Amino acid sequence: MEKIVNLLKKQITSTIIAILCGFIVVAILLTLTGYSPFEAFGILFNGIFSKPKYISQVIIKATPIILTGISVAFAFKVGLFNIGAEGQYIMGTIAATVAGILFDFPPVLQIPVVVLSGVCAGGIYGAIVGFLKAKYGIHEVITSIMLNWIAFYLGNFVVNTQRFHQPDSTGTYIINESGFTMFLYGWKRSEEGKAFLMEHPVLLDVILKTDVNFGIVFAIIVAVAVAILLKKTTKGYELRSVGFNKDAAEFAGIDVKKNILHAMLIAGAVAGLAGALTITGMSPHKISTMGTFENYGFNGMSVALIAGSSPIGCIFAGLLFAGLLYGGGSLQSAIGAPSEIINIMIGTIVFFVALTKIVPVLADKLVKRGEKHAR
Amino acid sequence: MDIKKDYAVQMRAITKKFGSFTALDQVDIDIKKGSIHAILGENGAGKSTLMNVLYGLYQAEEGEIYLEGEKVNIKNPNIAISHGIGMVHQHFMLVDNFTVTQNIILGNEVVSGAGVLNMTKAHEQIKDIVKKYGLEVDPDAKIEDISVGMQQRVEILKALYRGAEVLILDEPTAVLTPQEISELIKIMHNLAKDGKTIIIITHKLKEIKESADVCTIIRRGKYIDTVTVSEVSEEDLAEMMVGHAVKLVVDKTEADPKEVIFEIKDLVVQNERKLDAVKNLNLKIRKGEIVGIAGIDGNGQKELIEAITCLTKSKSGTIKINGKEIQNTTPRNVINHKVATIHEDRQKRGLVLNFTVAENMIIENYGKEPYSKKGFLNKKAMYENAKGLIKDYDIRPDNCEGLLVRGLSGGNQQKVIIAREVTNEPDLLIAVQPTRGLDVGAIEYVHKTLIRERDKGKAILLVSFELDEVMNVSDTVAVIYDGTIVETFKQGTVDENTIGLLMAGGAADGKNS
Amino acid sequence: MKKRIIALLLAATMLVSLTACGTKKDAEKDTTEGTTTEETTGEDTTAEDTTEKVDFSVGMVTDTGGVNDQSFNQSAWEGLQNLQKNTGADISYLESTQETDYAPNLDKQVDEGKNLIWGIGFAMADAIITAAETNPDVNFAIIDNAYETTPANVTGVMFRAQEPSFVVGYIAGLTSKTGKVGFVGGMKGNIIDQFEYGYRAGVDYAAKELGKEITVDVQYAESFSDSAKGKAIATKMFSSDCDIVFHAAGGVGVGVIEAAKEAGKFAIGVDRDQAYLAPENVLTSALKLVNVAVELVSTEALNGTQIGGQTYNYGLAEDAVGIPEENPNMDPAIYDKAMEVEQLIKDGTIVPPYNADTYGK
Repeated sequence: MEKIVNLLKKQITSTIIAILCGFIVVAILLTLTGYSPFEAFGILFNGIFSKPKYISQVIIKATPIILTGISVAFAFKVGLFNIGAEGQYIMGTIAATVAGILFDFPPVLQIPVVVLSGVCAGGIYGAIVGFLKAKYGIHEVITSIMLNWIAFYLGNFVVNTQRFHQPDSTGTYIINESGFTMFLYGWKRSEEGKAFLMEHPVLLDVILKTDVNFGIVFAIIVAVAVAILLKKTTKGYELRSVGFNKDAAEFAGIDVKKNILHAMLIAGAVAGLAGALTITGMSPHKISTMGTFENYGFNGMSVALIAGSSPIGCIFAGLLFAGLLYGGGSLQSAIGAPSEIINIMIGTIVFFVALTKIVPVLADKLVKRGEKHAR
Repeated sequence: MDIKKDYAVQMRAITKKFGSFTALDQVDIDIKKGSIHAILGENGAGKSTLMNVLYGLYQAEEGEIYLEGEKVNIKNPNIAISHGIGMVHQHFMLVDNFTVTQNIILGNEVVSGAGVLNMTKAHEQIKDIVKKYGLEVDPDAKIEDISVGMQQRVEILKALYRGAEVLILDEPTAVLTPQEISELIKIMHNLAKDGKTIIIITHKLKEIKESADVCTIIRRGKYIDTVTVSEVSEEDLAEMMVGHAVKLVVDKTEADPKEVIFEIKDLVVQNERKLDAVKNLNLKIRKGEIVGIAGIDGNGQKELIEAITCLTKSKSGTIKINGKEIQNTTPRNVINHKVATIHEDRQKRGLVLNFTVAENMIIENYGKEPYSKKGFLNKKAMYENAKGLIKDYDIRPDNCEGLLVRGLSGGNQQKVIIAREVTNEPDLLIAVQPTRGLDVGAIEYVHKTLIRERDKGKAILLVSFELDEVMNVSDTVAVIYDGTIVETFKQGTVDENTIGLLMAGGAADGKNS
Repeated sequence: MKKRIIALLLAATMLVSLTACGTKKDAEKDTTEGTTTEETTGEDTTAEDTTEKVDFSVGMVTDTGGVNDQSFNQSAWEGLQNLQKNTGADISYLESTQETDYAPNLDKQVDEGKNLIWGIGFAMADAIITAAETNPDVNFAIIDNAYETTPANVTGVMFRAQEPSFVVGYIAGLTSKTGKVGFVGGMKGNIIDQFEYGYRAGVDYAAKELGKEITVDVQYAESFSDSAKGKAIATKMFSSDCDIVFHAAGGVGVGVIEAAKEAGKFAIGVDRDQAYLAPENVLTSALKLVNVAVELVSTEALNGTQIGGQTYNYGLAEDAVGIPEENPNMDPAIYDKAMEVEQLIKDGTIVPPYNADTYGK
């Protein structure tokens, strides 16, 4: 037990060191370009923590990337690289939007229908990758990249269909309000709700001015569920054994192909959930034609990497990531530093996290070499 | 001993550490010019490390190296080569789709003018060396088309081509047939006669007796002794290597075989290149019998085992256990039919290295009670099972059930597999290369376990590339060559030479495929 | 082990792509430096030099194109910079990378106490309405959108884009040697219709004047940012005998201009003078001077005029649209003629069509 704790500590320490390195690199960069790093970081933290509303915004922004992060992390535990989280996310948004526009049930039914369509779409999309890998041995990275683009253009296609396209806009119609998952959505827009909120400025800030929604609850539930699935269940044992050593798993009678399919199905479903929750929980509640990927899935890869592929860790990594993105936005308006600086910081953190993972690998290799040649 | 000019290599007080592990501790060695010098030690004793220090692959923390009385500082293999040291590794470092000549000159190309290869000149230089030492090899053949023995010659040629005076051979006989081994020994003598110094790293006592003049024994990183080979017996060498008296012959009683429980009929299996690797193979195993398959690696053993365990499809033929056909089903089905397999590659097929010992112990039974309850793992049952097995099979360190298997030594990893497979109470236990990479103590343990299971009435199939092992452990020896069983003997009725010839395809001149 | 390597590789590629994005934008900045000066750092000094600092702050939120989109986001930012120079108002922008950023970014600008907040582009129409509802005391303005009912604290800004489109259509018609010109639109809709039909009418006007037939090949990229698609469409047009292609497609147009450069033919830029993208191959540009509109509206607000609750409609008469004064690739005679046509539009003698219904009437 002590050893496990130590190991855990190690992982977290190295991640924190990586984050600090990110800050240091950015501080140097800011200094070189003539901005005060202290001022910049002050703004960054103010932009995240100075108001409950900001924290709430960060949480809202974090929700989808926590989920895509879990999607990537989960697949990684099964030895698969889910670069397709982006496409699965997009499929989730498409399906949720379509369902949200087509149906108009009461919220109790509408929300599950809309969210589940997104989950199913993402899941099926992930399963395609799993199927191609299991059946024909095509590498998941290749199929995922292709499918990302297919999802991308499918989204643009759906936006431009007669049934869904909102005239004079770049997007579809907004989904029916019965599918919204914002916290107290109806009430906060009603007259008495507004009146009440006007008297309580903090609540006004947090509830009315943001898209506070139930997404984060889903994200935490999913993180815990995935962690339990992996660690505590028989299925998780199978999945992990396939992830660690599929040859041994196969030899021990575990159906490797089936597990690859299941893993991608689950990973896709989680990414699809991220997409669906973005549609139901955040404005603009619709999809628009995209010129480039919105990077929810790719950011998920960074999140998973920072989290060391731990589903629970993804919650924190996602919050960090969202915090940097959200707080970093203020840098430009406050001191005029280009907002790219935040991308550089995130990139540096990811880089150093990856670097801290090289060290044990190197050590491992050294020991192994030692063993081999000592014979 | 003093530093003298007539010693090709003298190493003094060499200490090499890997982290906290001391691989070599103040080791001295003196190798006379023109001699064949064996370095003997168990796996992990440090003999390869010592030679890697000499070859410049490792830097020693302490110690000095003298070549012909001159102190040298060998920082990397290039310096070693320039000093006339050559090394043939256990795993050959050849480019498969290059020809012999191309491989030999690789990295040391003869060029004329602006970087144009002068192949004619290279050809002639190689021919000279070939003639001089009797290293018969076709210089234009591609590496992938020639036998392992030939590939080894190419490695030796490569070293000589670069002007090696001292030649280090790391476990040179591990992959060779008995005939190839005797040819290699002949070549070694030729080289020594010409004044070259040969160092062989090995743990095979018989070969030392046959080839070496002098032998230095290393045990756990420490220098033990240097002896003149002709003055000691194999038993003496073994005792010095292991540190205590060992029995080189496995104790066992006469087998008491019962009815046939496992039968392979006319089995044909294709390899990855879609060529028939197992050809109309027939084999029967009875209860209470160990059948050993003797053969050189690459004669269909791998495909045979993969077909039995259903990792690969059989093209035709049947495999029956307890009268039921199991070919072309799933690995799970084979396990369910009470076939347990100790795979030759324990790290690839046998274990999930990043799983704990306890998790590895249930890899075939994780889905069954009591390890699984309503889809959830029962950690308690899992750990209790592991604790029991760790105790029964003396797996070290104690209480390792929660540790990752990765952290265990090779021998203990093998014990984890054996414990797991044996407790599955199989009707047929397949052991493929079960002692590969293990030290003498662990080998003894594995052999005893196999015999104990035989005595319990199980059928056992042993596949090994070590002819000694097959001869020692089996009750019946089946010789495999080119994908088929060429002969089956009751153990003790034939000698090693006969089997060696059969393993090589029965050609008396020793040239195998 | 293998997984780790893959992970590392991907981390590395991610890093590279992140930095690549950065450098790309930097590069773009470099190229635009001739026309714009990003003076965010020196804002105080310049402001003090020219005018006294006023207590008025304007913020803008870009759409997902970002502030360096070489299009209306960038133009709007230039307008604000000019505003700062002339009045000393405090300015800032927030970039949106995802659609879901609109609402939080608008909210953030509100928090920073802006008096006027610009939303650039009609994609933000809904977000602006929501923000305006929750913040009744803040003024919002939006480019390229007219609401059916405009809230009292929202200002819509529209352009009569058909007017410069007519002019460049006329120029294209006069310049074309093959008698075939092209139009690449972003996505079908009211806004792009103004460009398309204005252009068509301008070409027709020229054809009538020359007494010959000139055909217009019209295609839509179904995107405002896929420059590769723009390039593909334009290349096809050029190879099928078009010698001038006008685009109204945002980032897609960058590809159109590239295609013109490779084919050695002419493209007509949009929104801003795009000649810098290919000095030899941009015939002219249909200017939609978002910067002028942004500055005009902002200045009005600064001076205390009630701007909310209405939609401003800018055209040639307000000098908020037009063509550049310098057109090195154009025959000066044609330029003079174009100026005459411009005057006719200003007079109201010519009323360019803005959609299929008004076209041909």
